[in-house]
Amino acid sequence: MKKLLLIVPLLLLAGCSSSQTWGWYVIDPTTQSGWTNVKFLISGMWATIQISLIAAVLSIVLGLMVALPGLSEKRGWRWVNRIYVEFVRAIPLLPMLFWVFYGLPIVFQSMGLNIPIDPFWGAIITLAISDSAFTAEIYRAGIQSIARGQREAAQTIGLNYVQTMRYVILPQAIRRILPPLANQFIYIVKMSAFASVIGMQELTRRANELVVTEYRPLEIYTLLIFEYLILVLIISAGVRWLERRMGADERG
Amino acid sequence: MSEAAIELAGVNKWFGDFHVLKDINLTVNAGEKVVICGPSGSGKSTVVRCINQLEKHQKGAIRVDGVELTDDPKSVATIRSEVGMVFQQFNLFPHLTVLENLTLGPIKARGLSRKEAEEKARHYLDRVHIPDQADKRPIQLSGGQQQRVAIARSLCMEPRVLLFDEPTSALDPEMISEVLDVMVELAQEGMTMVVVTHEMGFARKVADKMIFMDAGEIVEEGHPEHFFTNPQSERCRKFLSQILQH
Repeated sequence: MKKLLLIVPLLLLAGCSSSQTWGWYVIDPTTQSGWTNVKFLISGMWATIQISLIAAVLSIVLGLMVALPGLSEKRGWRWVNRIYVEFVRAIPLLPMLFWVFYGLPIVFQSMGLNIPIDPFWGAIITLAISDSAFTAEIYRAGIQSIARGQREAAQTIGLNYVQTMRYVILPQAIRRILPPLANQFIYIVKMSAFASVIGMQELTRRANELVVTEYRPLEIYTLLIFEYLILVLIISAGVRWLERRMGADERG
Repeated sequence: MSEAAIELAGVNKWFGDFHVLKDINLTVNAGEKVVICGPSGSGKSTVVRCINQLEKHQKGAIRVDGVELTDDPKSVATIRSEVGMVFQQFNLFPHLTVLENLTLGPIKARGLSRKEAEEKARHYLDRVHIPDQADKRPIQLSGGQQQRVAIARSLCMEPRVLLFDEPTSALDPEMISEVLDVMVELAQEGMTMVVVTHEMGFARKVADKMIFMDAGEIVEEGHPEHFFTNPQSERCRKFLSQILQH
């Protein structure tokens, strides 16, 4: 992994020296204009992080609300879960983003509500809903992996459904749910790039804007990719730390 | 009639097309110990699981303390407060300590204070002879100890009836007797018990009534003395000879 991290920039630098197609000056932090450009690109980071974090939290809550009916003994409730998951999972992110950003305000208006949807919340709502279908499935699998006897034992000592979930099932399931949930967060971070097309000033949008003024797509998008790579590597490290802690807890 | 702790009348149950329980009639009086035996797949566990509504019966009536079990959540709540259950696989909560396993029900379902619940828990841990394991996790205990914790967990809810679903079947042989000893003590203290087991020594010692089930039916029912010495049906005789051989 470390080797790979060294090799990729070296190759790029080699390309730089051997031909005219590279123009790293665009993002050369040692020059004043280059540094201004780099700062401009990185300034989208905070928006990307904000959108991703808020969408992930919403998706985690929404996912649980969608997963629970899927575990019901009643067929009607299971259908609610199936329809939601299949439907949401089938919609590509970009069309859903357009629908939420351009379409949803019209729906609100026709209902007499004046709720504007800005790019920030448009992106968050879309990412959260789109991701919730996947988190719901993660919850479902995690909860189903807890032996049926646990639920039965909880019932025989008088716990109701909510208490059984809260004190018996979820504390056990969470150890199996958290790592895949954290992986799902990586997906959200990457998909947040789509927010650029509705005008959200995040990483990708900043890169696009700079490309338009500097005409240096290769260098700028290369830096963009590294920005996402660094974000995702940080999250990955967090996930591994989490898994180790959970594993240690399970053994202890 | 009024002293019947549990009454099953014409109970039928199907798993899909499979008729697991056929017209089960059974009365358990307060203080009585009933032992159910039979080959695997005979429906004996299902009877016990129907009594506390872990499984729903489709026909007939089950009454616990005169209250008929229906789909009404209230009737199920009544059962759960009066009937305790001990499982073959213990089903202790692995993420909680022994003490927390015992206090969860009393605190959350009964509204006891933590202090009251812990006092009660320690009392019952004492009763099952493991007073000094309260702060361990279930996984740190032996199978026999885990099952005794599970019994104590049921007792903490102070049930009027205790159901046992093959409580020693998942145990190593050397741990069976420590669990049976606790069960015998409970029986001697007057607990109403319905026990699904193949431990015939235990049955002889405590049972007031023996039930033999095969293919979803109660084939034979009687006092242990007659049951073991002079079984009436061929199926029961054959079953007893098979399990008593060793």
